[in-house]
Amino acid sequence: MAEVKRITTPLTKEMARSLKAGDSVLITGTIFSARDAAHKVMTEALDRGEKLPVDFTNQIVYYLGPTPAKPGDPIGSAGPTTAGRMDKYTPQMIEQGLSGMIGKGYRSPEVVEAMKKNSTVFMVAIGGAAALIAKTIKAYEVLAYPELGAEALAKLTVEDFPAIVAIDCDGNNYYEEGQKPYRKI
Amino acid sequence: MRTIEVEQITQAIAKMCMDACYYLSEDVYDALVSAGRKEESALGKEIIGKLVENANISRNEQRPICQDTGMTVVFIEVGQDVHLVGGSLEEAVNAGVAKGYTEGYLRKSVVAEPLFNRKNTTNNTPAILHTSIVPGDKVKIKLAPKGFGSENKSALKMLVPADGVEGLKKVVLDTVKTAGPNACPPMVIGVGVGGTMEKATILAKKALLRSVNKRNDHPEYAKLEEELLEMVNKTGVGPQGLGGVTTALAVNVEYFATHIAGLPVAVNINCHATRHAEVEL
Repeated sequence: MAEVKRITTPLTKEMARSLKAGDSVLITGTIFSARDAAHKVMTEALDRGEKLPVDFTNQIVYYLGPTPAKPGDPIGSAGPTTAGRMDKYTPQMIEQGLSGMIGKGYRSPEVVEAMKKNSTVFMVAIGGAAALIAKTIKAYEVLAYPELGAEALAKLTVEDFPAIVAIDCDGNNYYEEGQKPYRKI
Repeated sequence: MRTIEVEQITQAIAKMCMDACYYLSEDVYDALVSAGRKEESALGKEIIGKLVENANISRNEQRPICQDTGMTVVFIEVGQDVHLVGGSLEEAVNAGVAKGYTEGYLRKSVVAEPLFNRKNTTNNTPAILHTSIVPGDKVKIKLAPKGFGSENKSALKMLVPADGVEGLKKVVLDTVKTAGPNACPPMVIGVGVGGTMEKATILAKKALLRSVNKRNDHPEYAKLEEELLEMVNKTGVGPQGLGGVTTALAVNVEYFATHIAGLPVAVNINCHATRHAEVEL
């Protein structure tokens, strides 16, 4: 297994390029959560020539719709959702300056091309480890689209949020590399 | 004739929603621990370890195992000597789901209409309710919150009899390969074979309600389950799709009579958070 790399946000493009497929990372700082509905609203706003509620330059977006927080907690359970559902919107979001994305699952060739062109990295968090991941989230603040409930655009303060680089800025794919040695059929 | 107030069903469902989302059932937990010991990939081993740790946190602190607390699938067997009173069964079930998801801090993930408006119903209703009338004077409720990362990767194929066992194996293999990391492996795989189109899919869903350590009573189907598990664990997909020998914890197969011209096969994929709860009233 590769060494654990600690990164802090904002994630510069230079730092993003230093992350390689298979690397384990711990992220500290601010990241933004958005999933299907928020991506749809944001890309529609971009199509109308409007500005987004957040400047995504050198930022990381986490594909997340958490459970409601219990009293006294910053957030409920908070694991990643399937990234592929955001593929349709992703190249446009990457052009807004994103340097990282966190989710789970395969990405489309169009997304990988946009990642290579713009030095954006795709990281995965452990799907289903939602109570464990929530421990690394210290604050959750809805920034826009509160009417979307769990799908609202939000800001998260994270400390040592664990992720694994699945696809790096050169398009190397750890899903492919990781599976190959064990593939017998 | 035994009388049961539907309010009892509401209360039972509310508790089952919370229990299923907080407490990973023992069979799945044990299967994860055992898979962690056998996993050959170091990263895969670490991932399974984290899933076990996650299940422990959820159980100790009553937190949802996964943020996708699912659409609520409910199977109810009503004894034909039971008289349900105090309201409609369907409304009682939905009232239980609304109560469980609201009071249990579970995510409300249901939209009222799928295509044009997609407005969240804000209480996770309606549930998907399957009822059947059976002999006796009991009401048996099985509840399974179903996450959609894995539901989206499920499949139905209307094979023909000549496709046989090999055809079925190919459907399972193709479905698992396509699902890959999206379905949050290690998966639990429910296979329904036979019946009609809709019957096969319901059988596949029911197969997921069976314990992962219990094989089909029919010896040929039990053997098939073992062969299917061995096959999918050779795909290399592994924990979270990052490679390894643990792609699935179990394959459960259910079958039913079918037409002379058909061989329907449904594959319902579940993630490691195969949540189910059961109660008898």
